[in-house]
Amino acid sequence: MTDDELIWRIAGGSGDGIDSTSQNFAKALMRTGLDVFTHRHYPSRIRGGHTFVEVRAAGHPVKSRGDGYNFLLALGDSFARNPQDEAYYGNEEAKPLTENLDDLREGGVIVYDTGLLDEGDVDDLEERAAEEGWHVYPLDLRGLAREHGSEVMRNTAGVGATAALLGMDTGVFEELMDERMSGDVLATNVEILEMAHEEVSGMEHTHALQLPEGTHEDAADSPVLLSGSNAVAYGALDAGCRFIAGYPMTPWTDVFTIMSQNLPEMGGISEQVEDEIAAASLAIGASHAGVKAMSGSSGGGFALMSEPLGMAEMTETPIVLVEAMRAGPSTGMPTKPEQADLEHVLYTSQGDSNRVVFAPGTVREAYEQTRAAFEMAYEYHLPAIVVIDQKLSGEVAVIPDEFFDREPDPGLGAVLTEAELDEAAHHASGVFDRYRHDPESGVSPRSIPGQAGGRFLASGNEHTPQGHIAEDPDNRVAQMDRRARKLASVRAELDGRETSHQTPYGPEDAEYGILTWGSQQGTAEEAVDRLNDDGHSVKALGVSDLMPYPSAEVAAFLESVEECLVVEMNATAQFRGLTGKELGQYGEHLSSLLKYNGDPFEPAEVVEGFESIVGDADADGDASGESTRIVPAVGD
Amino acid sequence: MSQSTNVFGAIGDAQEREEGIDREEFTPGIEPQATWCPGCGDFGVLKALKGAMPEVGRTPEEVLLVTGIGCSGKLSSYFDSYGFHSIHGRALPVARAAKLANPGLEVIAAGGDGDGYGIGGNHFTHTARENHDMTYIVFNNEIFGLTKGQTSPTSPKGHESKTQPHGSAKDPVRPLSMALSAGASYVARTAAVNPQQATEILAEAIEHDGFAHVDFLTQCPTWNKDAKQYVPYTDVQQSEEYDFDVHDRREAARMMHETEDALYEGTVLTGRYFVEEGRRSYGAEKAATGEAPETPLAERYFDPDYEWERSYDLLDRHR
Ligand SMILES: Cc1ncc(C[n+]2csc(CCOP(=O)(O)OP(=O)(O)O)c2C)c(N)n1
Ligand code: SF4
Ligand SMILES: [Mg+2]
Repeated sequence: MTDDELIWRIAGGSGDGIDSTSQNFAKALMRTGLDVFTHRHYPSRIRGGHTFVEVRAAGHPVKSRGDGYNFLLALGDSFARNPQDEAYYGNEEAKPLTENLDDLREGGVIVYDTGLLDEGDVDDLEERAAEEGWHVYPLDLRGLAREHGSEVMRNTAGVGATAALLGMDTGVFEELMDERMSGDVLATNVEILEMAHEEVSGMEHTHALQLPEGTHEDAADSPVLLSGSNAVAYGALDAGCRFIAGYPMTPWTDVFTIMSQNLPEMGGISEQVEDEIAAASLAIGASHAGVKAMSGSSGGGFALMSEPLGMAEMTETPIVLVEAMRAGPSTGMPTKPEQADLEHVLYTSQGDSNRVVFAPGTVREAYEQTRAAFEMAYEYHLPAIVVIDQKLSGEVAVIPDEFFDREPDPGLGAVLTEAELDEAAHHASGVFDRYRHDPESGVSPRSIPGQAGGRFLASGNEHTPQGHIAEDPDNRVAQMDRRARKLASVRAELDGRETSHQTPYGPEDAEYGILTWGSQQGTAEEAVDRLNDDGHSVKALGVSDLMPYPSAEVAAFLESVEECLVVEMNATAQFRGLTGKELGQYGEHLSSLLKYNGDPFEPAEVVEGFESIVGDADADGDASGESTRIVPAVGD
Repeated sequence: MSQSTNVFGAIGDAQEREEGIDREEFTPGIEPQATWCPGCGDFGVLKALKGAMPEVGRTPEEVLLVTGIGCSGKLSSYFDSYGFHSIHGRALPVARAAKLANPGLEVIAAGGDGDGYGIGGNHFTHTARENHDMTYIVFNNEIFGLTKGQTSPTSPKGHESKTQPHGSAKDPVRPLSMALSAGASYVARTAAVNPQQATEILAEAIEHDGFAHVDFLTQCPTWNKDAKQYVPYTDVQQSEEYDFDVHDRREAARMMHETEDALYEGTVLTGRYFVEEGRRSYGAEKAATGEAPETPLAERYFDPDYEWERSYDLLDRHR
């Protein structure tokens, strides 16, 4: 909203290095002491197609994408097809400019590469610029890069131009280049960076926007810049996970790749296998044999894991699965975020669900809750699922490195040693009572194949304490009840902890509430700040525990407010539905703000949604925005 | 294989035994007793497997038997070892991961023809290709037993069942040829009616260092009435009529083809079809490329002195 922040959007074609340039730019800003947050937008296509990344930076905390942005670096799309307006997909060559203008704030800065973009392709750019007070700097970045090195280095020229326009020197960028390049490539890039900087510094500047001032405490000393996927992977590694099996699928591939790149050096194993049914089954096999194991996928691949997931529940084999959601149904929009797999994750697989599901709201929570997922899975012998989405998986955040300076937790959980097995209950046949009826917590400790005195049968069929197939009704009820008790124990354990996975935000005594789950948390928090600044009285709760549901915490939150807006990225208000089902009341207090166009919420959309519905006695039926939809509370 | 620590006390146990191993150790103490129909070929697999264990020198608690779903899947209920009765078609991915996690285990997977060649066919192909050091026994009764007699992937063309009342229009799959082309390093066929050969073949398969596939003909007198009892049978190694080199892929392929055709013409051929010696198992291959640890991963979790790596030490790339 304010201009004490920079939201730099680098736009171009897929395959033009937009992502890596933006990552380095974000790192550079972090090194200047700013807090940084990124938002990626890219097509499901390898070469060509409109792509952008926004890097938002400020001296104060930034937790979300912003409302629009204020600096555009429009590079060309070198793989654009169909340079005609009438083409089905429009004029792709011009898209780095045309597609980005609507979101650019008043008074914003535009740098575009005249080497690849022609002003003539953009209808009335000049007129619009005059109207909106934009400051336009056409620069031949391609020409400059070609002259001093090669065309592909035009991104570097763009960064040099950006730095000059923001009043930054090139030092921090050169430092970064020096760390990851060498020889001629380094020398040429540095030259291009400096040339562009010099040329643009010498031009007349009409804009006011400069690099924001101040230092954010997280960036003060030894900060690191990490994505949600990275945080999930690092949480898994620190939980002692040394086995992963998977099959590539966006956006889950990020977690799978990071794990696969690190496991060999740690003496672990990564298996890329034939399909997701195999992937989940391998994780189960490895865990059964005594290793901390995980798998995961995105919507469609996770659907294939449905039956193995149930097998893990029934055999009580600990596993952690990641579900990195993307827009569905079916193949949907593979590179776009959505939160529409909630019900899928909670209930998929036959029979009553018996699993733990966490949806972290931030990069830090992704680390913490992945560790917690392993803990719950191995202590309570059930599958634990970490639900992220394309938004959280790709966004990066600044975190002080000491956050990660903690003990690993490689414990196998409820497992007996051979000495303990010696003392443990066995059937007269000599088989170990792996699935006793009586444990109060529901957890009947397991043995690991190869241990003397521990043999038993794990079975997906209902079974006796030794694991043998049984359809006796008393045994059935005893086993069902015991497995259900494990979930109650998980809830009791989580409720008893010092820090909850649910994140409250804003004034405790606020009149109204905003409820989110998973990745919408940061955006809602920004909206809360703005609403309170504007005289409203609002607080938020970001929920992460989805199963077992944190009923007491959510109920207390809802009790404390008059009305609550539930914000989620899907079309059927799945989280509101879950909340209603779990709490059995509050239907008349919960309205929904939904978005499912493939683009995550901007804080302003939440502000607007709130203002148009909650506390507004005259709200008429449809207060939906341009790309959001409002579903009023029951009875409204 | 002996292991460095003794957290898995059962592993390597057999070597220390003076009295040898009794096949009856693999019979459940009291219960459960097998519930297969009288005359079912599945009894033959159980018997042959128990008989093979003293030969290969493994005790019950160092064996992990992973089964699928079907009449055949019940094998793990009647064989007293560590067992995993998984879901339909998924025995192989569960089993092969257990072997990667703890190579000290003797891992055996088993299931039906529907389980292995139909619903789990993708896993069959890939597990064979990867050449995991394990044994896979497919109970081939040319029928879906447990679901009451529907046509299976190995049912002969023209086979009539409730789901193909006019007879199956499909040619059956070729299990031996599939295993060979996928990359299995040991391929054999035996039959329940030939207990001695079956025991020998299972022992060889278990001892083989790589993926050993045994297509085990198991008569189903209940649903496959018109089908054979698989007698008389011929052992291709013993018969003068057949002469081929089991170490030669081409000759093996020809013999497999002939054997698969012959079954549907009423001639039951059995024996060893392909044996590839000296090829590294997947676990060994993966360790050699640096993608798997040298010592069993499962042991690490019981090692109080192991220094676990931390993500904190990976942060330089994020600064
Ligand atoms: C996913 C799934 N589909 C179908 C079934 C039902 N089902 C159980 S066993 C079986 C086929 C059994 O045939 P086969 O694998 O040849 O084993 P057999 O009983 O003949 O030993 C089927 C279709 C199931 N359990 N799971
Ligand atoms: S139905 Fe056939 S395969 Fe199943 S137990 Fe009976 S005879 Fe054996
Ligand atoms: Mg069958």
